[in-house]
Amino acid sequence: MTLLSVNGLTAFYGDFQALYGISLSIEAGQIVAIIGANGAGKSTLLNSIAGLIPNRNDMIQFDGEPVGALRAPQLVMRGVALVPEGRRLFPSLTVRENLLIGGQLGRRGPWSLHRVFELFPMLHERADSPSHALSGGQQQMVAIGRALMSNPRLLLCDELSLGLAPIVVKEIYAQLPTILGEGTAVVIVEQNVMQAVAASSHLYCLQEGHISLEGASKQLDQNAIKAAYFGV
Amino acid sequence: MIGYLNALIQGLLLGGLYALFAAGLSLIFGVMRMVNIAHGDLIVASAYFAYFVMQMLGIGPFTSLLIVVPVVAAFGYALQRWLLNYTLGAGDLPPLLVTIALSIVLQNVLLIVFTADVHRLQAGSIEIASWAFNSELSVGVLPVLQFVTSVVIIGALQLLFYKSSFGRAFRATSDDQQVAQLMGIETRHIFALAMALSLAVVAVAGVFLAIRTNFNPFTGPLLLIFGFEAIVMGGLGSLWGTLVGGILLGIAQAIGGQIQVGLPFVAGHVAFLAVLYFLPQGLFPKVSQ
Repeated sequence: MTLLSVNGLTAFYGDFQALYGISLSIEAGQIVAIIGANGAGKSTLLNSIAGLIPNRNDMIQFDGEPVGALRAPQLVMRGVALVPEGRRLFPSLTVRENLLIGGQLGRRGPWSLHRVFELFPMLHERADSPSHALSGGQQQMVAIGRALMSNPRLLLCDELSLGLAPIVVKEIYAQLPTILGEGTAVVIVEQNVMQAVAASSHLYCLQEGHISLEGASKQLDQNAIKAAYFGV
Repeated sequence: MIGYLNALIQGLLLGGLYALFAAGLSLIFGVMRMVNIAHGDLIVASAYFAYFVMQMLGIGPFTSLLIVVPVVAAFGYALQRWLLNYTLGAGDLPPLLVTIALSIVLQNVLLIVFTADVHRLQAGSIEIASWAFNSELSVGVLPVLQFVTSVVIIGALQLLFYKSSFGRAFRATSDDQQVAQLMGIETRHIFALAMALSLAVVAVAGVFLAIRTNFNPFTGPLLLIFGFEAIVMGGLGSLWGTLVGGILLGIAQAIGGQIQVGLPFVAGHVAFLAVLYFLPQGLFPKVSQ
């Protein structure tokens, strides 16, 4: 079943066009990776889907309904959650408060404070610390937990591995199957190509606002990915 | 000497009101980074509205709060939601210009409706009731009531901000508006609620002030300055700091008035400038992150 479909999505920053007619679709329970160099339009794509950038209504369909014109709070209500690039925790809130605010809409589902602490036990110990006192990896766990607290059906993750030690990245990626086990579709945006290929079942490569390559992650040829990534 | 002790006590009690003006102002600035130049005029407008309600219903100023506070809060919500929200997001200038204009409009509407005559809210016998410690030193019931009210309101705001889900949404919005939206928070609604809360607080302060002193349509800007001074002295970002800032301002004014009748405002400004010079972060600076 198609959970999300993006149809000919365009995006502009003033006169600058960031996306040129992007189309893709994501099935429920799938992990899809979007890779691309800096400035390829990956974050713009995620922000458009999450409702931070307004679009024409028919450009994005979620669960069979056009949602392109909805704003972020309305999309969260429907089950689209974004883990923003750079984590962006609320610095004046504690770890626990950051998680609670993610769940404040009260969408029903498997995720609760308790379940997030099970997923990342380290956060339980630091629950009452200010969020900025945590290490980068722990902050990323809070950011993921915060998004999960809204019980999303589609989880969008922007650059999970950015600025984190490889071992921490591995630890975080190891939890993706658990998240998926709850029937959530996950989109990961990555600059780390190997990580993206390993973690996903389907892969899109963006280049200067176009999709330059797509296919089942395990079947794509290394050289084809390299060519699509760098545009050589 | 006893005169100075008296001034100290009066200033302390008056300072609670300044802290409330400041709390309303810093609430708005904290949540939406907006400086509301019309803040003082909204305080004065609340006092006039209380005057109007008292005349219409024949009730006292304290009873009038039951009507004034909710109506002013609702007005604040509407003002933010359907006017001031449209000025946000395009830099600091649009909200400044629009609230300056609002200030001018409010002053002139009050001038047309209530004339330039000074008004005062009559509270009856409580105005002159006092506790006498000895023949020279006594403390008025009204100033004590107003100070206690101020401390209770500041304490309640503190609880609201740090212990409720409502306050959590305020703080999150203050930290990062975009990510707050990703949490399902309608920031436009939160902004409007913040303005409603701010004006509810200043409506109480406005009514208390209007019982104490005369006011006219042009009193607002002075109150705005008192609010700013209390915030800066206390240090942005701490409600208890704001209370201390308000009290310092009140004490400085009262001591100034004790030295010479014409000095209270000058003394307040001097104290403000002194704090700004020696402790530019205020007495209770926000802990850096």
